[in-house]
Amino acid sequence: MKFKNFVKKNKSFCFFAVLALLIILAAVFAPLITGGVDPAASVLKDALQRPGGAHLFGTDKLGRDIFTRVIYGARTSLVAAFSVVLIIFVLGTALGVLSGYFGGWVDTVIMRIADMMVSFPDMVFAMAIAGILGASIRNAVIAVALVSWTKYARLARSLVLKIRNRDYVAAAVVTGSKTPYILMRYMVPNVIPTLIITAATDIGGMMLELAGLSFLGFGAKAPTPEWGLMLNEGRPFIQSAPWLMIYPGAAIFVVVVVFNLLGDALRDVLDVRDE
Amino acid sequence: MNAKQLGKRLLQIVLVALGISFLTFLITYLAPGDPVRTMFAATGMMPSEEVVQETREAMGLNRPMLVQYVSWLQNCLRGDFGTSYAYHKPVAGLLMDRLWPTLKLSISAMFLMLLVAVPVGMAQATHKNSVVDYALRGVTFFGVSMPNFWVGLLLMLFFCVRLQLLPVVSSAGDIKSLILPSVTLAFAMSAKYTRQVRTAILEELNQDYVTGAMARGVAEWKILWMNVFPNSLLPLITMLGLSLGSLLGGTAVVEVIFSYPGMGSLAVAAITAYDYPLIQGYVLWISLIYMLVNLAVDISYSYVDPRMREGRQRL
Repeated sequence: MKFKNFVKKNKSFCFFAVLALLIILAAVFAPLITGGVDPAASVLKDALQRPGGAHLFGTDKLGRDIFTRVIYGARTSLVAAFSVVLIIFVLGTALGVLSGYFGGWVDTVIMRIADMMVSFPDMVFAMAIAGILGASIRNAVIAVALVSWTKYARLARSLVLKIRNRDYVAAAVVTGSKTPYILMRYMVPNVIPTLIITAATDIGGMMLELAGLSFLGFGAKAPTPEWGLMLNEGRPFIQSAPWLMIYPGAAIFVVVVVFNLLGDALRDVLDVRDE
Repeated sequence: MNAKQLGKRLLQIVLVALGISFLTFLITYLAPGDPVRTMFAATGMMPSEEVVQETREAMGLNRPMLVQYVSWLQNCLRGDFGTSYAYHKPVAGLLMDRLWPTLKLSISAMFLMLLVAVPVGMAQATHKNSVVDYALRGVTFFGVSMPNFWVGLLLMLFFCVRLQLLPVVSSAGDIKSLILPSVTLAFAMSAKYTRQVRTAILEELNQDYVTGAMARGVAEWKILWMNVFPNSLLPLITMLGLSLGSLLGGTAVVEVIFSYPGMGSLAVAAITAYDYPLIQGYVLWISLIYMLVNLAVDISYSYVDPRMREGRQRL
């Protein structure tokens, strides 16, 4: 009955979790939903068809089915956004905890690097890195991760500093606990909840940044079905085929809204301070 | 800010600027691919191995990294940011030509944003948890979740294609072509900023002096504009400075959509063409602008909050 109580208590969280799960399932079972249509299959005689009939969202200049590409695009976006968040979560937590626990030169080096990264406008730096590494989803993920880890490191560091001088930590040191044990047993569990909330609220934003990079041509490469790239490819047809820019954009929007709301709801669930 | 603080801040600025320049240099230094070959490729020539080696030597690319960095930095300090591979012109001149259009775009976007975000945020704060507040919170929430390039494309679709009110392709000079790019930029930013205005004003409204003034029967608008707003300026200005980062990044996307001739669209073309000197110049310039604006924000604190003038600690 515990589950039922949880659902009753956190209605909005459960609602958005179900929506997010539906999106993820749509991505996983893309071939089933699209009826086995190949997202890269071009049928030139069907080029630039209006939405409706055989093609729910219409077709692009190569006669590829937009609906299929939008559904498959969820795979690209979700995998990329989750990778970024996972990377910055692990990297930021590790660096922040080390920085806060050891202090001294370790702290100085890590935090000065973080300071430097903050002095660049995110998108500008990510654009330069992704572009120079060469256009690909992987490089876009690397670029966004490189500019975004600092927030997590700072947060983890400040949380560690709060408990660093508590008696129980001192007691652990005195009774001969090994440093790695103290880090994993006391420091990391202390920072995890706050960082999970941050990570959850960041998923939507990361999706937007990644789609932006792809839109500029520094992310996914054709013929990958990716929403930002699809918008870019549809741009020349704004007058003749506006549906090319309605559906992929709407897909980004809906998915980002769901994950942003889920992040907010998760904060309410995990944040005990409000109670 | 007193002299000592200013000196400390300036030293910090120099260090940050050095860091920025080093990272900028590092991006292109570590870039895969040989700059000499890239340069020749840009001109359409296929050089022999000998020519490549000679050019490498002549450009000083065989020297140790730090030596290269120092000489690059010296040139930058002299105002020489190198020569663009693609345009065969000095980078400084190319960026200079595009600087004003981009600044004009950023400033008008920021102005638009303030025009929307401040009154809306205040209205939300004064009518907390009312229907208006919830409705506007919903709107700002959707605004934050919309990709700026999609907003730009939709605006273009509606105003340029359907209504044919505005030109599809922007030109630098004319005011009409500034409208949609700045509205697009302002859109996402005002959504974010409105939320921050709301929070800042709400925090100030909870202060005792507000209750006191209310009790004494001071008109509500007077309290709001004469006390609450000036008092919440500090966090608002700080957040404005920080949001400039996303604004400057956003200009690139928006300039590309509207074919607006600014630094951003130049940079996107430069990155696509692996035009390293131009990329370096762009990243360096934009970061320095961002840094200077935030310095200006820091200095403005002492005007907004007189308590900081006497060298007291920032609260």
